[in-house]
Amino acid sequence: MNFGLPTLTNTANTSTANSATNDESTTPLERDRPADGSSSTDAGRSSTRATTETDTIIEARGVDVYYDADQALQSVDIEIPERQVTAMIGPSGCGKSTFLRSINRMNDLIDIARVEGELRFHGKNVYDEDVDPVALRRKIGMVFQKPNPFPKSIRDNVAYGLEVQGTTDDIDERVERALKNAALWDEVRDQLDKSGLELSGGQQQRLCIARAIATDPEVILMDEPASALDPVATSKIEDLIEELAEEYTVVIVTHNMQQAARISDKTAVFLTGGELVEFGETEKIFENPDHDRVEDYITGKFG
Amino acid sequence: MNDDSIHADLTGSATGRIAKERLYHWLLFGCAAVTVFVTVSIVLTLAADAITFFEDVELFSFLTGTEWESRRGEYGVLPLVNATLTVTLISAVVAIPIGTAAAVYLSEYASDRMRSILKPALEILAGIPTVVYGYLALVYLTPWLRATGLELNLFNLLSASIMVGILIVPMVSSLSEDAMSAVPDELRQAGYGLGATKYEVSTGIVIPAAVSGIFSSYILALSRAIGETMIVVMAAGAQARMFDTANPFAHLFQSGQTMTAAMVHAVTSDAVGGTPEFYSMFAIGLTLFFITFAMNLLSNRIATRYREEYQ
Ligand SMILES: Nc1ncnc2c1ncn2[C@@H]1O[C@H](COP(=O)(O)OP(=O)(O)OP(=O)(O)O)[C@@H](O)[C@H]1O
Ligand SMILES: [Mg+2]
Repeated sequence: MNFGLPTLTNTANTSTANSATNDESTTPLERDRPADGSSSTDAGRSSTRATTETDTIIEARGVDVYYDADQALQSVDIEIPERQVTAMIGPSGCGKSTFLRSINRMNDLIDIARVEGELRFHGKNVYDEDVDPVALRRKIGMVFQKPNPFPKSIRDNVAYGLEVQGTTDDIDERVERALKNAALWDEVRDQLDKSGLELSGGQQQRLCIARAIATDPEVILMDEPASALDPVATSKIEDLIEELAEEYTVVIVTHNMQQAARISDKTAVFLTGGELVEFGETEKIFENPDHDRVEDYITGKFG
Repeated sequence: MNDDSIHADLTGSATGRIAKERLYHWLLFGCAAVTVFVTVSIVLTLAADAITFFEDVELFSFLTGTEWESRRGEYGVLPLVNATLTVTLISAVVAIPIGTAAAVYLSEYASDRMRSILKPALEILAGIPTVVYGYLALVYLTPWLRATGLELNLFNLLSASIMVGILIVPMVSSLSEDAMSAVPDELRQAGYGLGATKYEVSTGIVIPAAVSGIFSSYILALSRAIGETMIVVMAAGAQARMFDTANPFAHLFQSGQTMTAAMVHAVTSDAVGGTPEFYSMFAIGLTLFFITFAMNLLSNRIATRYREEYQ
């Protein structure tokens, strides 16, 4: 396993160039690949990347997801910009969580789930044969709807990811930094040995965020991270998300329209049937969407 | 609002609900009390008959004696304890790693289909009468072990202990698997989301979260091993032997007599009762009870210490 320290440093080279695909073969996404740059066949593809103010980090092309015979997502196309907050909204059951899970291949854990189409991370299709989902998930962290800290101490919770990713030095500093970035440090600095389960719901969720950012991923996926929290805790998490977007790419699923409008740069609207109906600047989606169905949904006439 | 709801009957007495609830309470209490009553009576019976034994044999010489030879009136319990602990220890060495690994496989690795085949198979294994295991130990395991070059007696503790270990594997794996399956899936998801492998999730998250259940499976299985009788009677022989500090493994290769086997011997050699040999059975039984009891206390300690409780 060579996924240790390089993982922490390669945010630098990935943001730089369109032609960086060869460099990326040394990033740990792929396994069993010789380091001599023999992956040059990929180089042509990434040149189509959109060059708006930031680069696209995740790109879906015709992604279909099935659970057995039921189709949960229909040909989803999306380009998620780096270091911005992208919100996914839509009525219950429209496939938001499904899409989120297909980005870091958490759907692999569901026996009956099947993903088709292309889902590229830095131009590399994460469903290629040679991609190791474990390596992928080390670059794409996840925060779940229900806070799910491990039944371990606060310190061990945050250190867990570091441990499995083979980081052994500066653990205490990294834990502290992650807790600070998750705006939890001041509340727990004297009780790092306390069980993570003894925290309040909002604190637990910030602990889970700290756990996710401790390993310094590039992307953080959040599935309704504030839905189990009260308004005060929610607004803390929202502030936190906006701060995180300076360093990380955040993709967040939310049921809360105001929340999406407040914190996101881009918004994707999924509607029933697993269709991504509209994707664009958040302002535009909320003020002047192209589709009537989207307007109906946003104004509450539907869904 | 109509009249009825204003003057609703809030006492509940009309339906007899309170009386019924009281009845259930006492019925359930009765069942719980029976278990306590039975346990207490067993201990008291054992103690009463053990006292009869200790009228003939001194308690001190029973507890510290290194020879058990009822024909000669030697009633030192240590050789029996030695054999029992040997069986328990070796069966634990066999059953705990295999049983735990099997549980991890069943709970974390196996597909639904595989699980649906393996779980019932394990339960069948647990239903085989121990006399069959005893036979297998004597007729197959001992000759096999001899074929590997071990100089085993026909009756020996090693073979019996390994077979007891095999006997309790299903107990360890099935109970541990229950404990691991009860760990909430969100914890696994959190682990996978952080880039942990299946092995890391199993060992670093699932096992610690299930540790108290896993521990109780060990305790139950080992209590079973301590009390196991048929296999040791059939495969280990009836010669009580003391632990030899100069050669700590020697007694494994020879015949041995566990506490349970000695009790069988006592009751079969004097079915009428009345002799010290007959009453020795109760003294051994009581000792056995204390050993299991102490083991339970100890393991509860350990389990609470290492517990990582989930909600
Ligand atoms: N594990 C699963 N097995 C089978 N079907 C599933 C599974 N997970 C989701 N589905 C189905 O896929 C569809 C999309 O579900 P998904 O959870 O992605 O919706 P969602 O947009 O996240 O909804 P919500 O807002 O309620 O969380 C639903 O029809 C759901 O029944
Ligand atoms: Mg969802």
